[in-house]
Amino acid sequence: MSPLRRREARAGFFFVLPWLVSLLVFTIYPIIATIFFSFTDYNIIQAPHWIGLANYQTMFTADPDFWRSVGNSAYYALISVPLGLIMALLLALLLNAHARGIGIYRTIFYLPTLVPPVASTIIFMLLFTPNSSGLINMLLGIFGIPAQGWLTDANQARPVLIFLSLWGLGAATLIFLAGLQDIPATLLEAATIDGAGYWRRFWHITLPLLSPVLLFNLVMGVISSFQVFTQALVVGGTTGAPQGSTLMFMVIIYRSAFRYFSMGYASALSVLLFVVVLIVTLLIFWSARLWVFYEGGRS
Amino acid sequence: MTQVYERERVSMSSPARTHKVPGVRWRPRLISTGRHTLLILVSLICLMPFYWMLISAFKDNGQIFAVPIKWWPDPIHWENLARTWNSPGFPYLHMLGNSIFYSVTVTIGTVLSCAAAGYSLARLRFPGRNLLFVLTVATLMIPTIVTFIPTYVLFRYAGLIGSYAPLIIPAFLGNGFFIFMMRQFFLTIPWELSEAAKMDGASEFRIFWQIMLPLVKPALIVVAVFSILYTWQDFFGPLVYLSDPSQYPLSLGLFAFQGQRTTDWSALMMGSLLTTLPLIIVFAFAQRYFLEGITMTGMKG
Repeated sequence: MSPLRRREARAGFFFVLPWLVSLLVFTIYPIIATIFFSFTDYNIIQAPHWIGLANYQTMFTADPDFWRSVGNSAYYALISVPLGLIMALLLALLLNAHARGIGIYRTIFYLPTLVPPVASTIIFMLLFTPNSSGLINMLLGIFGIPAQGWLTDANQARPVLIFLSLWGLGAATLIFLAGLQDIPATLLEAATIDGAGYWRRFWHITLPLLSPVLLFNLVMGVISSFQVFTQALVVGGTTGAPQGSTLMFMVIIYRSAFRYFSMGYASALSVLLFVVVLIVTLLIFWSARLWVFYEGGRS
Repeated sequence: MTQVYERERVSMSSPARTHKVPGVRWRPRLISTGRHTLLILVSLICLMPFYWMLISAFKDNGQIFAVPIKWWPDPIHWENLARTWNSPGFPYLHMLGNSIFYSVTVTIGTVLSCAAAGYSLARLRFPGRNLLFVLTVATLMIPTIVTFIPTYVLFRYAGLIGSYAPLIIPAFLGNGFFIFMMRQFFLTIPWELSEAAKMDGASEFRIFWQIMLPLVKPALIVVAVFSILYTWQDFFGPLVYLSDPSQYPLSLGLFAFQGQRTTDWSALMMGSLLTTLPLIIVFAFAQRYFLEGITMTGMKG
């Protein structure tokens, strides 16, 4: 290596050193330690005590809250992610075609994502007050729909959490919008001249060119929906009121680790979450070969 | 911006074409009206929770739950502001100070460490750089909780539980998301600039500090505003690491307040309003950078 190259390498290493330390101390070591803890009984005060697969066994066979939270988290992810993607895409399409006033709409759609989750959840708890004096129930009353129980009803509490997630759709919408604005106008124009209608242009040009952005939003949406915590804790506490219906997976991890200090059990739950997120993400990336279009034929 | 204009030209040319066909000239206008109606409707739905928070903060409980709906507080209960502000359960100025301390220190650490690491990954060649970059992107896919428990144990052994140290120290070492963002920005700067400075004998540190950093100032501001936003909204970290209520930042303080005043909705709405307001003020001044940052994340993904 020339002295100049060596100097460059030394500087490069020096600039990235803090991040390297962080990767080792706050990422790689903890992942290994979490896997290790998951095979132990560990309450922080005494040293971890090896118990093999007992934590995993308890989880799958002896903890009804585990299955309940898996069900709740799956329900939340399976509905809020696809619904959120479709609505964000529709909003972006609406915004994209119309240049006038776009700035104001963009700001309005983004505003809800600024509200800290604790505050937005409390606001929604007020909006969805059960009985006939809650705002949403009063608005439904105008259309003759009877008052709903919402957060007091075990079947309706999760939908309220999903509504809350849809309120924060702004960021995904703006990412779609940026993707739409990157599509060369000449392509759409050429298709129009060739006689393609709106739907054909959408299916054959817009959607394929937007698919990398769709992939990005899908992966990020899935990863974050599996980790929903604050909203569920504010609504249902650590028991997932009403009747365990808002007990999300992150809530039982938090409860095991920082209320009961069963670090071993909480680690086993975390490892499971990690594996599931990994598998789902890999499946999405694998399926991406079939539906994501990369310019230049990289697919 | 130019693209927006281009697209407008396209959409203006299509009505001209349909124009030739008699009888369908009304369609573009109808579509435009429909689109506007929809956008306004969605905007109203987006704004409604804000509006309800704002007016409920100045109502009493009787007005909040009045039938029919009261769209304006009458009379306006200005005293709610002082009542919440001075409530022992919600020491606003103190918690505001905590939140500002928390987000400002995290942001300083994040901007410094991520600018340096992003610069290194984008423009300096050293062995193992590609592997390091792949690892950096991989950290974005790891759920936070997977690394959280052993990290908590580490800080416990260091005797730092109950302080802001575990919340702040990691920020000074970098954050995968922002490093990725900074790297993408640094890649867009022409190579001639740093090559010329190198030929003139400037040290690598000087090139970074005096030539590169001023060029990526917009990117530094983007990272800073998002770091402020995320830290202000952070709930899990403070919930786990802080125990003394006098240390609480606003998010956690609002959660504790909600635990005490479950049904005092006007106080809770005032608390929510006071917790959100500083972020809205930051957004008002830095809106351009927020929008730029969002556009960035999607593009390069």
